[in-house]
Amino acid sequence: MSTLTALARAQAVVAGRAQPVATVRHLHVHDHPMVLIPLAMAGEANAPLAMMIGTDPARPRLLTVDQPRNRADRFRFAAELAEVLVPHVGSFAAETEDVPVDRGKDVRQRYVDAPQLWVPNPAGIDFLRLLGRSTRFLKIDGDHPVPPAVPLLGRWLTFFANSAEVPGSTLLTNAVQALGLHWVTGQSGAEDAQFGVQLAWIEQGAAAAREAENGPVAGPATDPDFDNRVLAPLIERSAPELRQVLHELLLPTWQRMWRTLSLLRTLPAGERVRSRWDADRDAFTAFSQHVAEGGPPQPRRDGAVAAAARLQRLESAAARYAVQRAFDDPLVLAEYRLTGSAFAGIVTLANPDRVDDTGRRPVLRPRIMVHTTEPVRVEPNTNLTSPSRPAQKAKVISVAPAAGGHDVLLELSGGMGRRLVAEPGSVPAVGEPITLTTLSEAYRPGGALPDPAETPWTHGGPPIYEEPTPPPADDTAPLNPDPATALTPEAPLTPDPAPTPDPVFSSDPALAYRPEVIPNTAATSL
Amino acid sequence: MQQNRLDQLRGAGKAKRHNARTIAALTGNPGCNRRAVLDAAGIDKTKLAERVGFPGSFGQSRFALTRGNAFEAMLKADDCALLRTVLSAEAGLGYQDMGADSDDTLGERHTRTATLLASAQAALVDHPLLTLEIAGQTVYLEPDLIAWARPSATPGSTQARIQVVEIKSFAIIDDQAESAKVSAAAVQAAVYVLALRDLLTRLGQDPSLVNHEVVLFCPRDFTLQPTAVVLDVRKQLSTLRRQLSRLASVETLIDALPDGLTFDLALEPADLIDALTEIEPRYAPECLSACELSVYCRNEASGSTAALGRAVRESLGGIPTVTEVLALAEGRQTPTDEQAEAAALLQAALRLRSEALS
Repeated sequence: MSTLTALARAQAVVAGRAQPVATVRHLHVHDHPMVLIPLAMAGEANAPLAMMIGTDPARPRLLTVDQPRNRADRFRFAAELAEVLVPHVGSFAAETEDVPVDRGKDVRQRYVDAPQLWVPNPAGIDFLRLLGRSTRFLKIDGDHPVPPAVPLLGRWLTFFANSAEVPGSTLLTNAVQALGLHWVTGQSGAEDAQFGVQLAWIEQGAAAAREAENGPVAGPATDPDFDNRVLAPLIERSAPELRQVLHELLLPTWQRMWRTLSLLRTLPAGERVRSRWDADRDAFTAFSQHVAEGGPPQPRRDGAVAAAARLQRLESAAARYAVQRAFDDPLVLAEYRLTGSAFAGIVTLANPDRVDDTGRRPVLRPRIMVHTTEPVRVEPNTNLTSPSRPAQKAKVISVAPAAGGHDVLLELSGGMGRRLVAEPGSVPAVGEPITLTTLSEAYRPGGALPDPAETPWTHGGPPIYEEPTPPPADDTAPLNPDPATALTPEAPLTPDPAPTPDPVFSSDPALAYRPEVIPNTAATSL
Repeated sequence: MQQNRLDQLRGAGKAKRHNARTIAALTGNPGCNRRAVLDAAGIDKTKLAERVGFPGSFGQSRFALTRGNAFEAMLKADDCALLRTVLSAEAGLGYQDMGADSDDTLGERHTRTATLLASAQAALVDHPLLTLEIAGQTVYLEPDLIAWARPSATPGSTQARIQVVEIKSFAIIDDQAESAKVSAAAVQAAVYVLALRDLLTRLGQDPSLVNHEVVLFCPRDFTLQPTAVVLDVRKQLSTLRRQLSRLASVETLIDALPDGLTFDLALEPADLIDALTEIEPRYAPECLSACELSVYCRNEASGSTAALGRAVRESLGGIPTVTEVLALAEGRQTPTDEQAEAAALLQAALRLRSEALS
């Protein structure tokens, strides 16, 4: 929590209203998003109870499970969801555009648009991930066949859930985090997790937020009191009113979701939002092709190499996302100014035509002097960037105290054209206000990783794919405990989940989709 | 004397029993004197919160309870047949049920548990009852099961052979489970390990016979099929010990309270609120998921930076209230020497915010 954001929270308490922490919108909001509000059955392992879904605010569709503990009913739900979601996703795999790659020597195809899914909160994403896990290995033949769309649904849900882990990706977005990126409330972050309360802080203020605390939940968990008083009796006697009750429970959240989308649309989009959505479309295109070519479902867990590669991509995406937000939004950049990794000042001297001819070839190296009254915590020889000229590097030559602040002498390179005379406007002029930061958008290559088949023994050796046990016919069927799970010095459970199977996300579109692990296609598990 | 004082604090109501879960919650916020005193006196915080007009919702869903009970019953059916298979326990291992859960047989069940453990007979002990001293009070605890195996074939082996078995109904999917649930189960199991070690010490036996690795049983993937994992709870054990020793000071806290103070639920809400202000709380947003009285404390703490969470408070230089934060940021208040650094940062932050939002 930066001091700037913390101060905004303090201001929100005093004002009784949420306060902005962004001046632009940092995420892509689709013109035709699909909203999903999942509801789960308490106690069960991700058993769906209901879902409100749709692309039209006026026409929500409600899917319900009459007996959530009944396996057949749960699969019927999955089949219904697949009928809605799979065609919606497929409708975007149509028109393509050409994207130059390899410095224009080649082109590749990309769908001109991609689907965008919205859920209320991070727990909603976890629900979809597990629903994907429980359906993507199901078989469409054999003892317990499911409709072909069900395993396909599982793979798409897994794709969306995995993409939601990539910082800056908006293929699957949750409202709580999207709002929290732009506004802070006068309550703790833990309390913000309640979607209705958070939105009330933004729309109406503190008093309305207190009222909203007792309002209907945004799922997927239900209120225990609601379970005991309302739901349990209805489920016990398979009451037909169940649908109506669930509809009324979910409708307020449904409306809040669409209000959230409208609210976010009122902010102007940040300059670099488009490029992140381009990367999302790349990922969507790659996965669509993977599915169309009959590629296998995502594995249950990544091997060591795939996990390391995925972690690397997530880390670089996180770093890039942080830089892009700072460059797009002066209020985000202000956080870096407060900690000294950026400063704002005025250009006091400029020598735009300076040429350095000490090397083999003369090169254009203009110098500027910037006067700032903000703390400067940079050493000579550090490379700085200005968000207004991201392609230009500014090397610190000297920092000298002057007139209640500092004079920083900088040598510029790049972004001035190819000639020995700078293009007009490419060198900051005297009197121009300028912000400089140590943040940089420059591409940083990741480390090299071995081929999965050459995974060293320190990391478990090359991955081996085991045949998972077939699913029991029913939860209540006789159990045959697997001797393999016998309690011996087994690996202790790690509470923190390791990176989960990954398909597609890559920092760099050229690297888009490479299936690092090809699991046994016969794998089934439920 | 001490017990009289606690009875007086509680008033006419029946004392609430501690359990592993409340002890775990207690150690979650050990700096809260209010919770320490109320819990020591066995005061029903749920009713107290209702009475002062700030009810919380701490219910458990019937569905979750049903599933949890069904899973436990399934594992324990036929003398723990299924549990043995997963545990790879020897067929000859005895099964001892210490008796049904009931308030009036507590002492008896504890004696039976102690006798059984003292006899060092290999067994699976169901419904055991252990005790633990919490802040000078004896608390009864009921682990799901204790597995006691004979020392292994190697003679003179000092390997710990008593294991706590914890049965939980959250699922482990692809060897992963929700981290919050796993850590809660680990703390709870650590409470049992601590109690077992205390018992062995009292019986004059080696406390290290109790394994610091506990066995956690959960349903696997999306089925009810059980799977077992081993959790090392050494870290939780040392945290618990440290925090329980801090709780020991509750006696001094109670002695410092004014004479005649009581939280008898028959009192008027206004009087109860007066009584509550006598004991210093330490509210943090985390309390909302752990303490029945938290909604009241949150209301009381409104306007403080602590109510916004520890991270926010630290980022604001530890300044206690939001009005003071804004006064310092706007330069309306002269900072003390200690606040000078925080005030300079706040002023810079406010300047940057106003500049970017103008």
